[in-house]
Amino acid sequence: MADTKAKSGLLLDIRNLRIEATVFPPGEPPKNIVLVHDVSLTLEKGKVLGLIGESGAGKSTIGLSSMGYGRGGVRITGGEVILNGRDILKGGKDGFRKLRGREVCYVAQSAAAAFNPAHRLMDQVVEATLLHGTATRAEAEKRAVALFKKLSLPNPETIGERFPHQVSGGQLQRVMTAMALCSEPDLIVFDEPTTALDVTTQIDVLAAIKDAIRDTHVAALYITHDLAVVAQVSDEIMVLRHGRLVEWGGTRQIIKEPRQEYTNALVSVHEIEHQEQKPGTTPFLSVKNVTAAYGRSDIKVLKNVSVDIYPGQTLAVVGESGSGKSTLARAITGLLPPEAGTVTFDGRPLANRLADRPKEDLRQLQMIYQMADVAMNPRQTVATIIGRPLEFYFGMRGRERDRRVTELLDKIEMGKGFSDRYPAELSGGQKQRVCIARSLAAKPKLIICDEVTSALDPLVAHGILELLLELQKEENVAYLFITHDLATVKSIADSIAVMYRGEVVRYGPKSKVLSPPFDAYTDLLLSSVPEMEIGWLEKAIKGRRMASAGN
Amino acid sequence: MSSPILKLVAQRVALGILLLLAVSVLIFAGTQILPGDVAQAILGQSATPESLANLREQLGLNQPAYLRYFHWLGGVLTGDLGTAMSSGQDIATSIKGRLWNTLFLAFWAAIVAVPLAIILGLIAVRYRNGWVDKLISGLALASTSFPEFFIGYVLVYFFAVKWQIFPGISTVYDGMPFGERMQAIALPAAALTLVVLAHMMRMTRAAILNVMQSAYVETAELKGLSAFNVIRKHAFPNAIAPIINVVMLNLAYLIVGVVVVEVIFVYPGMGQYLVDHVTKRDVPVVQAVGLIFAAVYISLNIIADIAAIVANPRLRHPK
Repeated sequence: MADTKAKSGLLLDIRNLRIEATVFPPGEPPKNIVLVHDVSLTLEKGKVLGLIGESGAGKSTIGLSSMGYGRGGVRITGGEVILNGRDILKGGKDGFRKLRGREVCYVAQSAAAAFNPAHRLMDQVVEATLLHGTATRAEAEKRAVALFKKLSLPNPETIGERFPHQVSGGQLQRVMTAMALCSEPDLIVFDEPTTALDVTTQIDVLAAIKDAIRDTHVAALYITHDLAVVAQVSDEIMVLRHGRLVEWGGTRQIIKEPRQEYTNALVSVHEIEHQEQKPGTTPFLSVKNVTAAYGRSDIKVLKNVSVDIYPGQTLAVVGESGSGKSTLARAITGLLPPEAGTVTFDGRPLANRLADRPKEDLRQLQMIYQMADVAMNPRQTVATIIGRPLEFYFGMRGRERDRRVTELLDKIEMGKGFSDRYPAELSGGQKQRVCIARSLAAKPKLIICDEVTSALDPLVAHGILELLLELQKEENVAYLFITHDLATVKSIADSIAVMYRGEVVRYGPKSKVLSPPFDAYTDLLLSSVPEMEIGWLEKAIKGRRMASAGN
Repeated sequence: MSSPILKLVAQRVALGILLLLAVSVLIFAGTQILPGDVAQAILGQSATPESLANLREQLGLNQPAYLRYFHWLGGVLTGDLGTAMSSGQDIATSIKGRLWNTLFLAFWAAIVAVPLAIILGLIAVRYRNGWVDKLISGLALASTSFPEFFIGYVLVYFFAVKWQIFPGISTVYDGMPFGERMQAIALPAAALTLVVLAHMMRMTRAAILNVMQSAYVETAELKGLSAFNVIRKHAFPNAIAPIINVVMLNLAYLIVGVVVVEVIFVYPGMGQYLVDHVTKRDVPVVQAVGLIFAAVYISLNIIADIAAIVANPRLRHPK
């Protein structure tokens, strides 16, 4: 694209990049922190480099530095970013504006948020091309339609006339890829482009992105925390941690023969040994033929759902977004009274409506949520948060309560020192642990875990799952574990219910549900989970029996 | 336009009418609670009980209150606002010209104030936290913080007394040439502009800054758009609903809140008419003017609501 081609095949050469930000801790003077410590990387034309690491590793920050962009006051304070043979950091604001959207384009994690809701898709897709004057409007639109076709979007001729809210998440992610490719850049920065999607959709988008990269010979920085995903699209992988380089090598070497201990930990993160427990004779909680809808809508979100939960065991509910998993939890807890069907607890039916249930029933069913930070009052300390159910259900006060809080903190492997902290002073994993302690404080028979590890980094999620299993052994508490992540299911479940469009399509003990013969949907779900295997993507796409819903 | 929008708009309009009816009850009840009645006001303190009773009979004042309310409401709905006690003139005819004067003043003040406030808001966002932003915010807040009469007299002092550019008294009459009329309202319009500017400007700034946190603003920046185009093309269209709301609130103020400014500049508008008749305890006029002000206020708020609904692409283009 750019006229000043470097002599070699080198496109991007980042040397000793140093990125800093100023933080304003409450009650302290502002201070500088270093986000990226002297990281160097090179990328040849048409190649894909995967940047991988946990949150805070500096992946996105490094990726965006190739466009001279720093999010929220982040500053590039050292090093060189040489793109097409020139140091872009010396070009100033005008220089950045000329290369953004022309030489380097960006694909964001959530296309749903990254598209402007007020404009039609086509206007947004061709905007950068027109801005930089590389094509007329007619040419750019023709190019966009061709890209929509290549990315196998439905109705490629007319999809551009739609507004973002009229298109599903998976399709939007592909439109965003088309938007990046439309101005024919030399480099695209993909920032977790499939993380927000369902597994069955992720595989389609991943395949579309991979084909588009191959056919257009564009180079890419592919940022993700999921090694299995990055292994499908990258030529090389760079592992980062705390803004420092851990390991950099070919894709095969990184996933098969990692040289660093940290890389090894990332590669082997999902393996938890969990012996399946046989279902007991009598379940303590049965959901029988429950049907539910939101408002007076005719669309039933749950259709005739029946599942049983046995004491001290885990029932995993799996499915895509919109399959009714969380609605099932809402029906059980009484937040959404079912239209038909019953929920029985210890042999007696539970009141449909939350307001009609006695305190004792409320105590027996507790919940943990996906977003731990919004599930806690930011102005209460950890001790107040955990102590609240103790006061509410057991009337504990003073020293007795404090002793119990310390006990619970001990159980979640956090010391007494945490009791005076506020949620904002905890890490993501610690916040989730506090939520677990809060639900345990009520001594419930059942804890409903709604996507509790989805917002966490793999290693942290691993720790949470191990903690949950250990607590189950100690307290004999049952879990209703809602998740879209099959790897999690394998590590924690005793029985599994697979949900699809409001119905349970497969239900039984884990070993049975996960062994063939499969129904079409379970097969799709299972075969869509990325495996850390080069060439898995092509094999999986070929072997599919059913197309995904595409949301 | 599709049915969900029509339905929402119909709902808003119906609600507005209901609200207006409720306001009419309040206005009527309010004037009933006041001590004394029209007959007493007309005859004065020296009236004999007999003459009072006669006049009450004559004016229908001894009928029950709800009958008088429906009588009054029926009159209002057919365009008959009653007769002013102080002058004996038909209220509807005297209001017509004054309402037009008030709308004329409000219109020109709005024509200046609204675009100016929005543009200043956009500029403040573009240079946020810099000296330009602080200067704009500071001046706008200062102009709002001074009472209207103070601003009015300062304007009169400089523009009418010292430099003699504009008249200090805004006399207008029927058949006045447009140019002269504009010259007459220059100072009150300027005073009104200064009063409403800051509110709209600050809201524009806040609404756009809120949107500036969005991921799609980052997308636009990463396409290479200049800072001002990012604000204009990507942030502003999504901030329009709260901006319309505050603009309508201020337009309503320009019409119903101009009392002080009209009195200062002796401008023959609704505000002055109201003040004159409040001092004369002319209840029918106060009722009529109150009802018109309420109607203006409610309809502008309905327009704001509808505009905010129409500005939402999710409602304009359903799935």
